[in-house]
Amino acid sequence: MKIVYTDNNATTKVADEVIQEMLPYFGEFYGNPSSMHTFGDQVGKKIKEARQKVADLIHADPDEIVFTSCGTESDNSAVYSALNAYPDKKHIIASNVEHPAINNLYKLLKRTKGYKVTFVPVDKKGLLNLDILYKSLSDDTAILSLMWANNETGVLFPIEKIAQKTQEKGVLFHTDAVQAAGKVPIDVRTAGVDMLSLSGHKIHAPKGIGVLYIKKGLKFSPFLIGGHQEKGRRGGTENAVSIIGLGKAAELAKEHLILMDTKVRGLRDYLQKALLEKIPSCSVNGDLEHRLPNTLSIGFDAVEGESILLMLDREGICASSGSACTSGSLDPSHVLMAMEVPFKSAHGSIRFSLSHYNTKEEMDHVIASVVPVIEKLRAMSPFWKDGKLV
Amino acid sequence: MWDYTDKVKDHFLKPRNVGELEGANAIGETGSLNCGDALRLYLKVNENERIVDASFMTFGCASAVASSSALTEIIKGMTLTEAAKLTNEDISDYLGGLPKEKMHCSVMGQSALKKAIANYRGIQILEKPGQMVCECFDVTDLEITDAVKKNGLKTTEDVTNYLKAGGGCGKCLDRIEALIESVMLKDRMIQ
Repeated sequence: MKIVYTDNNATTKVADEVIQEMLPYFGEFYGNPSSMHTFGDQVGKKIKEARQKVADLIHADPDEIVFTSCGTESDNSAVYSALNAYPDKKHIIASNVEHPAINNLYKLLKRTKGYKVTFVPVDKKGLLNLDILYKSLSDDTAILSLMWANNETGVLFPIEKIAQKTQEKGVLFHTDAVQAAGKVPIDVRTAGVDMLSLSGHKIHAPKGIGVLYIKKGLKFSPFLIGGHQEKGRRGGTENAVSIIGLGKAAELAKEHLILMDTKVRGLRDYLQKALLEKIPSCSVNGDLEHRLPNTLSIGFDAVEGESILLMLDREGICASSGSACTSGSLDPSHVLMAMEVPFKSAHGSIRFSLSHYNTKEEMDHVIASVVPVIEKLRAMSPFWKDGKLV
Repeated sequence: MWDYTDKVKDHFLKPRNVGELEGANAIGETGSLNCGDALRLYLKVNENERIVDASFMTFGCASAVASSSALTEIIKGMTLTEAAKLTNEDISDYLGGLPKEKMHCSVMGQSALKKAIANYRGIQILEKPGQMVCECFDVTDLEITDAVKKNGLKTTEDVTNYLKAGGGCGKCLDRIEALIESVMLKDRMIQ
């Protein structure tokens, strides 16, 4: 069966060009990039090249790029560094729709270290309440961490605008740009953030490689204590193969930004329009305007997400759900709940997230599959009768 | 992805006895749109109190649909007295087992059946006995201690898997833990 992969916010296909770039470093060139000898140093040189390419993607200086093992490590490193830099500050801020890498870390810090935590709410469209955010910034705030784009809905936060305020108030600002990178332009020079997290496997590099951008001059204390690697900012022998792959992926991501804005956005809008037209009682989650070009979160009334996904799986379609049953918890995702998406559609919310590898034919297959699946599930739902919600 | 048995998959993809049942003379409903799954069970009971036909309508995940489908297959031909003895484990066993996080789906089947039988006999199930513990999922202390005793549940997570209790806002988790402890304490005293 042909796979139609529309789950690119979960992970992405490793680009063929990336695989080609990495292959020699699995075998022939196995040297340690830190070695004095030429054999190892040729890997070191290649890492230097990769660092430059990653820096280029976000308009940073290569010295500001630290390679980590994943987005979660980058997020954790950023927060712990801020807390170490300002041991007297006992207040931390995030939104209430953050990724668990921030959300659960904050909850832990509250529970075990007594930090005062502000989770700034979003509105029904997933947009951040800036009034509450600005009012919560204080001299006691050690760090503000906000995602650039939401993984579930694709909703974008106005990072640059917020950074102006944090700079005024002298509050450290970290952004988790894992979902934004490669989908919308990122320029750290104008964004004004202090730290920024990226993840390789969301931009067609392999899993297990992440990046933390640390603004030049920022006081930083490492999360992993070890050797001199990454200029002492992250111990541990470099994941050379993946870093080299990420370099190539970053280069491609920069080239493909235009494709995201045109082709991918077009496919997403095509899918969205067709589903809204062909299926009654469904609605898009998240602000339509301030949204990633590749993401569609759509809620179908009176049916449940896991059932939808398993039936789509039979058609070779890969997607995600914000429903409770897929995650093992009982409430729908905290993101949809924070947006007060009504239960009737929250439980039946599906996320389609596209990449430039998707085609119009694939969208047609998705549309042709989703319509009968929803019909079939509604036919057995006690909350659906005579073509409407009861 | 959940580790569903082939039988669960089969009953999910080809559910038996779906839809409203014409001539049904007993209906049992449980769950709600808010809590993510719901089941409406229809029974046709003859003058000898034998279930001659059954059907269901379910909103929920694959295991909820499969549990409902299995339930209707199991109870067809049973007398109401026999059906009243059915446990959630009978439903789960029929399907070759359910992941522990999904045991509440089989509990939902048992609960709808109880309600349908009461409905046939003209008994109104009024307010549940005991004190409300989990308001998100409408679960009382008696239901929790009952499930803990019968199924040997040991953690709040076990209770959530069986009854959903504690799986929503989580405010009642301390109370559930205390209930588990009290059951365990009694067990130790008996031993």
